[in-house]
Amino acid sequence: MSKIHVTTTVNGEPAEFLCQPGNSLLDALRDDLNLTGSKEGCSSGDCGACSVIVDGRLVCSCLMLAVEAEGKSITTIEGIANGDVLHPLQRKFLEHAALQCGFCTPGFLVAAKALLDHNPDPTETEARYWLAGNLCRCTGYDKIIRAVLDAAAEMRAGAPAGE
Amino acid sequence: MSSLSYAAPATVDEAIGLLAGASGLAKVLSGGTDLLVQLRSGRTRPALIVDTKKIPGIIGIREVDGGFVIGAATSGAMIGEHAALAAVYPGVVEATNLIGSTQVQGRASLAGNLCNASPAADSVPAMIAAGATAVIAGPKGRRTVPVEQVVTGPGRTSLARDEFIVEFHLPKRAPRSADAYLRFIPRTEMDIAVVGAGVNVTLDAAGVCTAARVSLGAVAPTALLVADCAAALVGSKLDEHALAKLDLAARDACKPIDDKRGTIDFRIKVAGVLARRAAAIAFERAAARS
Repeated sequence: MSKIHVTTTVNGEPAEFLCQPGNSLLDALRDDLNLTGSKEGCSSGDCGACSVIVDGRLVCSCLMLAVEAEGKSITTIEGIANGDVLHPLQRKFLEHAALQCGFCTPGFLVAAKALLDHNPDPTETEARYWLAGNLCRCTGYDKIIRAVLDAAAEMRAGAPAGE
Repeated sequence: MSSLSYAAPATVDEAIGLLAGASGLAKVLSGGTDLLVQLRSGRTRPALIVDTKKIPGIIGIREVDGGFVIGAATSGAMIGEHAALAAVYPGVVEATNLIGSTQVQGRASLAGNLCNASPAADSVPAMIAAGATAVIAGPKGRRTVPVEQVVTGPGRTSLARDEFIVEFHLPKRAPRSADAYLRFIPRTEMDIAVVGAGVNVTLDAAGVCTAARVSLGAVAPTALLVADCAAALVGSKLDEHALAKLDLAARDACKPIDDKRGTIDFRIKVAGVLARRAAAIAFERAAARS
């Protein structure tokens, strides 16, 4: 079986790879594009460790075929920071100690970014429900939720007028 | 897996030709949130995946003749964001948005939830209660089928191998009509229905129910359309007598299994309770839509 050539956009840059028809987007990101920030936790869409944003929608990259990335725009954890400057969510995760082993953290950060893109002022309940598809076995979630809400508050306060 | 092929046809006819001509099992891909899990576990080993999402109109929601047409591969997230649909068919929207996580909502579709043919699919009882029909395309053209006739058993549908669903139709509403869906799970999110109940009613100006459809999920091999539940509601203002009849009719319709999510006795009891509660919400919403 010949491989399929896929042309896509990852973190704002053009990207291309060859894949088998049954490969997941997560396979392509990690094994072909060497973007290993997205993690393989469950490979069944339950844990959220592989979360990426595709054309503005938060998805599990393990539940999407790599070939479906053709022509799409994908944001991964590697595209969250602005060069060497951490995204406010990343900074707040560090400040609030919202991670221990760190395996779930890329997925949480991408999912939280999608939340704040969608709703800059979430309630705690909204944040908890939005992030219900991301599992963390270390923190007990409270520190993660505090970090997300604190980042949201900082981003709202820091947003230039009219934006 | 090594012999798997992928195709993304640009037209319905091309998709039908691919399904008809496949040398082995062909699977239709919409959002893929069930299909990819089954591929990885080896539960399904197709020779061909036909991705429908490049077909014009298969993603999107249109208002047509006072009702709604929902493309088969429209994501749960898009359905949840459609204010007009949520105002007219709140039960269908709330049921769809109960499926999986935010991530799953970004991809999961009504056609996938239906054709995966799980007895516990959340959108299915709501669609059945709402009187939704599925438009099925095949080599002989299109046929329109009530949603309750699509699934024939766990993992099985009435679709031929060269057919697939292109869209769903939700009919124009009479005044004072509304729907509601409730499911029971032992926590608040990220679980599979132990029981689901969809109720759709139309009231007259005095608040008396003139038409009803009630569907139960996860209490039989397929979602049930329960005529006796509807009969319990029609002619009533949802008084205690009607609620008791509804509860009894719902329990009588159940043919559940015992499994790790719930026992037979528990599912039967909860079916009656959820039917009552969903009916109360549907009546309240319908009364507000005069």
